[in-house]
Amino acid sequence: MIPSQIAYQKPESLEEALNCVGDLGDMCKILAGGHSLIPVMKLRLADPENLVDITGIPGLKEISDAGDSISIGACATHADIANSRPIHSAAPMVSKAASMIGDIQVRNFGTIGGSIAHADPSADWPAVLLAADASINMQSRSGSRSVKASEFFLGLFMTALQTGEIITSIDIPKSAANANSNYEKFAQPASRFALVGCAVAADNSGDALADVRVAFNGVSATPFRDGGVESALTGSGLNDESISAACGVAADGVDVMSDHFASSAYRKSMAAVFAKRALKGLS
Amino acid sequence: MKTNVKITVNGTVYEREIEPRMLLVYFLREELHLTGTHIGCDTSSCGACTVHLDGKALKSCSMLAVQANGMSVTTIEGMANGEMHPLQKGFHEEHGLQCGFCTPGMIMTAADLLASNPNPTEHEIRESLEGNLCRCTGYHNIVKSIQHAAKEMQS
Repeated sequence: MIPSQIAYQKPESLEEALNCVGDLGDMCKILAGGHSLIPVMKLRLADPENLVDITGIPGLKEISDAGDSISIGACATHADIANSRPIHSAAPMVSKAASMIGDIQVRNFGTIGGSIAHADPSADWPAVLLAADASINMQSRSGSRSVKASEFFLGLFMTALQTGEIITSIDIPKSAANANSNYEKFAQPASRFALVGCAVAADNSGDALADVRVAFNGVSATPFRDGGVESALTGSGLNDESISAACGVAADGVDVMSDHFASSAYRKSMAAVFAKRALKGLS
Repeated sequence: MKTNVKITVNGTVYEREIEPRMLLVYFLREELHLTGTHIGCDTSSCGACTVHLDGKALKSCSMLAVQANGMSVTTIEGMANGEMHPLQKGFHEEHGLQCGFCTPGMIMTAADLLASNPNPTEHEIRESLEGNLCRCTGYHNIVKSIQHAAKEMQS
């Protein structure tokens, strides 16, 4: 399969890239690892006239400790993230999810920025970034802004990223909850996309669970935080009974996806199963 | 609208004028006539097109050749160095192939694994092959072939 004709540019600085995407507007797509974009271009589901490759911009691949958060550059690959020690200590669910994406070849070149900009509802990052209360930093030539993951994923392949903007980094806050976090998924066996993916984080340092965050991808067209499960657990202890009771309401009231891999009823019951597994991995 | 690229493949620098939409696997097969890299599913699933880009395993059907500009590619043709690579020998000794279609991709992925983990467990080998499919279902002997190579490379 061959994509349509395209023009290709590889700017060497962020300023140059912002001017490129600012001038081209809707006529361009931003290219990082290409592991989401190239396949859809081959299928001609995306047909951009221009590609702006941002992997030549210095610093965009970096993972750094920013004090109260870990900053992950948009062009960091899933493999870079899976192998990062600071990320593993700050938020183990982030490392674990990174190591479960696709396969070795995909993890070597696919990037976090590219994956979240594509916003496949069955990708692994959305639930993890929602549960981590992560911020997505974006820049355009008129300035920069930061939005919470909860305001970033808007629907099926839809995000808050505007024309002319480039995702530059993702901030994972250092918090007691993120340090005690986990991700589990029911992978579609061929593609490894999540039929159900569940990310959980909870502060269990006091007498009862606090700052509980439970998020799903793969379950509905828009990845979401599950308020029902979160409030059932908040204030209780972490044990088999509390986990079972809380997971009983998983994905209640959500418009659950149905496809030839899994019906909505099956997905909903798997949401409870995988939330339970994820929660049992917390300490 | 063509663009110039300079890509090192198996140690030789190639300069070509190509369409930016050309996938890396077509650059290897059709521009350089290195047909050892196979196209199986063409949808990033099967791993038959696996090559190394700057030392890391990549599905070459999922990247444009222009993205590899200035970088270094190794294909199955670059593995033997006078004599067969230990992985090639391993696949030969342990009957690691039936039809052979998936073999170049299997070997390239295994080479990436052994570079970072010279003494993998059977489980680690099986996990590392998650992105490579064999339709003859010869996985058992493929794993044995990789174990054979790991042993030889360590001795």
